[in-house]
Amino acid sequence: MWSWVAHRVTGVLIFFFLFVHVLDTSLVRVSPEAYDKTIEVYKTPVVAVMEYGLVAAVLFHALNGLRVVAVDFWANGARYQRHMLWTVVGVWVALMAGAAYPVLGHAFRELFGS
Amino acid sequence: MAIEISEVAKGDEGGRRYGPDNPAPVIEPPRARTHRTPRTTRTNFELYGWLFMRVSGVLLVVLVITHLVIQLVLDGGVSKVSFAFVAGRWASPFWQVWDLLMLWLAMLHGGNGLRTIINDYAQRDTTRFWLKMLLYVATVFTVLLGTLVIFTFDPNIS
Repeated sequence: MWSWVAHRVTGVLIFFFLFVHVLDTSLVRVSPEAYDKTIEVYKTPVVAVMEYGLVAAVLFHALNGLRVVAVDFWANGARYQRHMLWTVVGVWVALMAGAAYPVLGHAFRELFGS
Repeated sequence: MAIEISEVAKGDEGGRRYGPDNPAPVIEPPRARTHRTPRTTRTNFELYGWLFMRVSGVLLVVLVITHLVIQLVLDGGVSKVSFAFVAGRWASPFWQVWDLLMLWLAMLHGGNGLRTIINDYAQRDTTRFWLKMLLYVATVFTVLLGTLVIFTFDPNIS
């Protein structure tokens, strides 16, 4: 039940980001300066933390979505749904740990010096 | 089994068993079709929507996670993203098609997801109708804008 709630919440968050992301990318049709200036916002430490949150939402939605597909289409899916949920959580934690330095590293260096 | 059935099939208040001669009262299902429900809605739209969410979802796992690795992890992460970086990637038709496919699938997947959520939580008919109109307008606008940007991108714009 909570995985269902989390799937909805992450889905809505990702949809709203996608809307903003298409708008900011559209600035490439205005001018290189307008695009680069806006993309600079994505490189600030505060937004870096939000990007890490976006990665968290996308990874959970992707992994749990694959679990939903397995429950619906795999004959043993419903029987192993709880095992698959723990697999989702485990893979998510591992990928989030791996994503921490690439996504947050530049913000860390900016805040605390290299 | 016969014992279980006789236990389940209880009778009316007078103690009489329900049967063909004493039918049980009909319980109206919630949101039942009435004579005012248009016949034209009798399609398999929801089934195809359900299937689309699963097929597009599996494709999006590959499309989006690759996109995130390229944009946020490889080669300095988000720090290297600029107009020049976008121009370099969209010089290749492969990445143009990749981004176009990702845009359409993600917007339709997200749009259908939000449609389901609005149907679940917006109880008043007018609220539900206008929220969905807003969603459809925003979705069509975003898909068309993104498509236009990918197809008309000009690396020498300035």
